[in-house]
Parts: sequence; C-alpha cells; structure tokens
Amino acid sequence: MKFFPIVWRNLLRRKFRTVFTIGAIFFAFLLYGVLMAIRAAFGMGVDMAGQGRLMVIDKVSIINPLPAAYEGQIRTVEGVTDITHANWFGGYYQDVRNQFATFAVDPESWLRIYSREYDLPEDQKKAFFADRTGAIVGSDTAKKYGFKVGQKVPINGTIYRRPDGGPWEFTIDGVYDSKIKGADKTQLVFNYQYLRETIPERSGFRDRYNWYVFTIADPDRAPEIAAKIDARFANSPSETKTNTEKAFVSDFAKQVGDIGTIMMWIVGMAMFTILLVSGNTMAQAIRERTGELAVLKTLGFGDGRILGMVLLESVVIAVAGGAFGLAVSFAFITITGDPTHGMLPAFYFPTPALAAGFGLVLLLGLASGFLPAWQASRLRIVDALRRN
Amino acid sequence: MLSQIVAVTSVNIRSIRARLGSSSVAVIGIAGVVLVFVAVLSIAEGVNATMKASGDPNTVLVLRAGSDTEMTSGLGGDQVRIIQDAPGVARDASGTPLTSPELFVVVDHPLKRSGSAANVPLRGVTPEAFKVHDRLKIVEGRNLEFGRNEVIAGRAAARQFVGLTVGTPLKWGENTWTLVGIFDEGGAVSESELWCDVKVLQPAYRRGNSYQSVYAKLASPDAFQQMKDSLTSNPQLTVSAMRAPEYYGSQTEVLQTIIRTIGGIIAILMGVGAVFGAVITMYTAVASRTREIATLRALGFGSLPVVISVLAEAAFLSVIGGLIGGAVAWAAFDGYETATMNFQSFSQIAFAFAVTPKLLGLALFYALVMGLVGGLLPAIRAARLPVVTALREL
Repeated sequence: MKFFPIVWRNLLRRKFRTVFTIGAIFFAFLLYGVLMAIRAAFGMGVDMAGQGRLMVIDKVSIINPLPAAYEGQIRTVEGVTDITHANWFGGYYQDVRNQFATFAVDPESWLRIYSREYDLPEDQKKAFFADRTGAIVGSDTAKKYGFKVGQKVPINGTIYRRPDGGPWEFTIDGVYDSKIKGADKTQLVFNYQYLRETIPERSGFRDRYNWYVFTIADPDRAPEIAAKIDARFANSPSETKTNTEKAFVSDFAKQVGDIGTIMMWIVGMAMFTILLVSGNTMAQAIRERTGELAVLKTLGFGDGRILGMVLLESVVIAVAGGAFGLAVSFAFITITGDPTHGMLPAFYFPTPALAAGFGLVLLLGLASGFLPAWQASRLRIVDALRRN
Repeated sequence: MLSQIVAVTSVNIRSIRARLGSSSVAVIGIAGVVLVFVAVLSIAEGVNATMKASGDPNTVLVLRAGSDTEMTSGLGGDQVRIIQDAPGVARDASGTPLTSPELFVVVDHPLKRSGSAANVPLRGVTPEAFKVHDRLKIVEGRNLEFGRNEVIAGRAAARQFVGLTVGTPLKWGENTWTLVGIFDEGGAVSESELWCDVKVLQPAYRRGNSYQSVYAKLASPDAFQQMKDSLTSNPQLTVSAMRAPEYYGSQTEVLQTIIRTIGGIIAILMGVGAVFGAVITMYTAVASRTREIATLRALGFGSLPVVISVLAEAAFLSVIGGLIGGAVAWAAFDGYETATMNFQSFSQIAFAFAVTPKLLGLALFYALVMGLVGGLLPAIRAARLPVVTALREL
C-alpha cells in the first residue's frame, strides 16, 4: 500500500481514458443486473415454488376443471397432510387490459398452505375468512389501482360471468405482502363460495376446481404419492396429472421457451463485448508503459511488487465501474420492479447473482491487468528500455 | 482545405491496417451491439409478421362481449345461428352464409425442445371453416373427415411438438385421435394449432352445443359496420365483433410489450455502453498517433481536417462493425423457428425470427451514430493538443 500514490498518479495520467473506461464497465454491469432480472423473470418463480407441495390438474389440460369430490379422496391418501383448491378467474379491473392473476379459493386452507407467500395481518386474515364476498389483493396491484382495505371493488371475470352480466363486487379485506423476494404481489384471491353461489348450476362449472394443491409430510415420497393419486382417478372422465408444484412451474416456464434463453445469451454477449473493449483498453494503458516498468525494475522493484501495483491499478478501475454499476442496477431494479407493469412479476435482482457480479468485477480487474504485467515482467530490462 | 481533408482522411483509413489490433476491437464492439440490437428486435418483428399474416380484413371475428380472447369466450348454439344470419355476411352460391363457428381448447402435449408438456391449441371447426379460412392448404396427408376422431396439424405445430406426423394416433384423456394431415396458411397463427371436427370436440370437452367464436366473411369490405351494428343492437346477443387484423393485433399485446420493453432497455443500456467502448477505442487509436497528428499539424494541416479524419475513421470502423453484426444476426437468427407461450390465448404460438431490411437499416444507422459520437471527443482532443507538447509525447 506504500506505493498506492504511484498507482493513483498512473490512474490520473490519462483522466479522460480512465473515466471512460470506468463508464464502459459501469454500463456492462448495469446490463448484468438486467440480465439477472430477466433470468429470474422468465424462471417464473421456479426457485420459489414449494418442494413439499404437489398439484393435481386434469390430465388433458388445466382448463378442464376437476370434480370437487376429489378433495376428500385425495385427503385420504396416506402421507397427504393438507389440501386446498383454486379456480382461475381471469379477473380484470374496468378495462380488459388491466388483467391480473385472480383465483377463487377456499380462504382458510389456501392461506394455511401458502402461509409464507401471503403475509398479512391477523385481523385482515380473520375478516377475509368471515366475509363471503371478501378478497385479498397483493400490494403491487393495490398500489397500481389504489385499492384500500374495506373498499368494495368491481372486478370483471373473463371466464366466469355473473348471470346479470355485471361485474363481481369484492370487498378488499386485506392487502398482502410477501416475505419472499420476487414473489408475485399482483394477485387477487377471493372466496370460492361467492363464485359457487353466483354461477348457475346448469353451467356445469359449479363444484369443479381447476387445480388442487396439497402438502405431504415427506417430500421424498412425492413421486410415489403422485402415482397413487393418478392411479385412483385413472379411467374416469376426469383423469388427473399430479406433480410437484416446482415441476409445474418449471414446465410452464419452459413453455415460454427459448425467448428467455435467447435474450439472456444476447445480453450476456453484449456485456462480454463491452468488457472485452474495456479490458483491452486497460491492458493497453499498461502496455504502453512497458518502458517505465523497466525503469522501476532497474531501481530495484521486484517482479512481484510490479505485478501487484499493476493489478491494483486495473482492479481499482474495474471496481470503480463495476461496483457502482451493480449498485445502481440493484437499486433501480429493486425500486422500479417489473418494467412491463405486471406482466413479469418475478422481475428482481437475486442476491446470489449480486455476489457473483462482484466476483466478476474482480476477475475483470485481475485478468486485464495480469497479462500485460506478466509480459512486462518477462522482458529483459534492456529490451524493455529499448522499446519506443 | 478540402484537399487537406481528403489527404489526412485517406492516410487514416489506409493506415488502419497497421493498427489492426485496436481497430478490430472497435469493430467487434460495434458488431456485438448491432447483433444484439437486431436479434432482440427480430423476435418482435417475427411475432408481428405472424399476426399480420393471420388477419384478413374481410374476415370478422365475433366473441362474447368482454372476452379478449377466444379462450375465454363462449357462445351458445342459438346465438351462433343468429350471428350466421346477420346482414353483411357473405354467402356462397347456394345461399349458405360463409361463417365458421369454432371451439378453441388447449391440450397438454410435449414440446420437442424441452420434452415437457405445453398447451397446444386444439380448434374444433365445421366444414364451412375451409371456405372462410380460404388460404388454408393441406400440404401433407389429407383433410379431416367430419364425424371421425381425426385431426390436422399446422405446419409450425408439427415442427414444435413431439410426434405430430401423419398417421400417428394421439391420445388425450379418453379420446384417441388420428393425425391425418398437415396444413399451411401462409404463416398465420393457425399454423401453431391442431384442427378437428367441432361436433367430436364438443362432447369430449363437455361443452354441449357451445362454441367460442364465429369467423365470418364480409359480403363487401364496408359491410363491417352494418354487421357489427346489427349484432350489438340485438337484445338476444351480448357479443363484440371485430375485424381479424384488429383481433390478432391485440392477441400478442402482452408478448410484444414484454419483448419490446426488455429489448428497449437492453438496446439503450448497450448503446450507451458501446459509445463508451467506442470512445476509449478511438481514444487509444488517437493517443497512439499523437506524434503523427502533431507532425501533420506542424506541417500546416489545419485542425478541422484532423477532426474530420478521425471522425471518418470512426464512421468507417463502425459501418464495418455494423455490417458484420447485421450479417451475423441475419445468418444466425433470420428464419429461426421457435414457439413461445402467448399469455393471452394461454397457448403456444410458433413464429420465425424476422431480420427485415428495415431492421438492418436501423441497426446500421445506430452503429454509425455510435461511431460518430464515440469518435467526436477523441477527434477534438487530437485537434486541440498543443503541437509542441504533442511532438514530445511518446
């Protein structure tokens, strides 16, 4: 550290170049943040899906609802600890463009199974359980449309209609947040009883659920229990497909397919290009000083010390740009969240990716400084002095 | 003056070869940015092209009012008959209205690329469907025979999903279907779908005598308003009618917003990053020639020719980079077929990346701007250096 002033003077010798190199690295790591957020968004929350939770849907398609009578039968399967169900409602507020995930559920069992995902005060929970037309809504959606606790909101359903054609009216009994980072806070969840009582019986959609979610005592037994349930309903008009929630979410994410992967490759490539350019400039800055390094060697500086000084210089540049870029993208992504306003709820910057980003910053600094420093140290002083 | 500009610029451009190392870094940098720019936007262009191919303005789509997609719509058999008799609908020689009531469901079927189940759209149609969707051609096998458990698959669906070849039996739930043909509809969305007889599909999905949409051919291009008014004013119906291009335009709104928003963020961040990259590259190029430039100035060349020559070099390098990036993007991505989840119809939509000439032109322009902005500061610096100091620099 005694020689830090020399390193510092070297950085300042071409201020313009130093500033722009730092700028380029800054943008490269801003992109890195976006890349990681895209990755999380297209993963559709696979990392958050519960391992100990299984889902049951109709074998042909999730759009065919399953009979309500399956609930009791699944519950009696050995190893099943709790069960709940949900219907996809396709809700929107005022305009069909303002859609958000809306489920009709059994409030108590739903919040029991998803206790970590829906974090809301006890009194709001109680009000929701007791209210036939009650609903709870995620903080993102509540903020977007200005929904307040206690307010009655008109919500239209693209799938389930009221016989009179008007909107459904829900009372917002609670606004949930989530302890899990990147969790979907756009949903509206309401009491299935309201749906059941409102839709006409002859529609054929009464007492049918789009999916069941159940928990098991031992996650390792998931395949065996899933097979048992599917066998029980085999050869019936509603055959089932049972799998872990994680598998369903990951299958759904795979349906989005290459697009996410291609976007990630693209951003990765962009970042790599910028790093290549700035790394080259940093290396160039040192290469053109080979003569000076030879003078230092003549003065008695050892190879190790020179290498250390050069590496320190490039690491300082990399960290100045990279750490700042990571910090800004982290803050920005955390504050603004989903740039598409509700279409990619899992758009966030995962903390492990942040740590990996810092690792990458250090690697960039070391790699771009090491090669020219190593070349310089291998030169004989006489040759090095003679260059230029 | 002009001769000076020409002289210095030509020296600069010709000497690029001697500075191949640092110049190629600039070229690669800009090529990378252009590649990314073109690749991201070609996804959006591709989806757009599929939607455009689908919308014949003389076809009207009727859905239940308030439904934004066929998936969530529902029309009873009696409502369908009223819609078929609406004024403004074209009729064939025998007087039958050219309308196609359809039922749209999805079935789980494995994708080739991941092996995992995805939602394939399965559309039930009547024999009239082939008169309304008149561009549809069977390209392999034969058309389906009505009244039997037979399906035909769109070209794109056959390529994206496992086992969709002519003659293959397909089992979904209690029903087994036979795939008898592959069809083409000029790159339209329907090519991502499977089609079957609606009368077979209704009981299989417990849909009674209900449909989800009615496609109708217009008697004349301006008959739309007449038809729409008669449908929306009919008290027996609660439906909405729109021209097919309008419907298909709205179908991929979510998907397009996602691609364009993310693509926009990427392109802007990358563009600025690349300008920084270009600045340092050009700076290095100028810095390594400080003495050379000072010599020119000492010989009497003005500062403007020096500025222009540096800018010309930057522009030259960026255009080369742009061309390389565009060519690589075109070679790697144009026509690349893939499918994704269309959130609105809750089913897979296949499309091909489209690297259009417009896109390439835009990318080249973008490259040029990046190069010029990147070259400007170093150029000014080169021109403003005091000759004596510059001559002394290494």
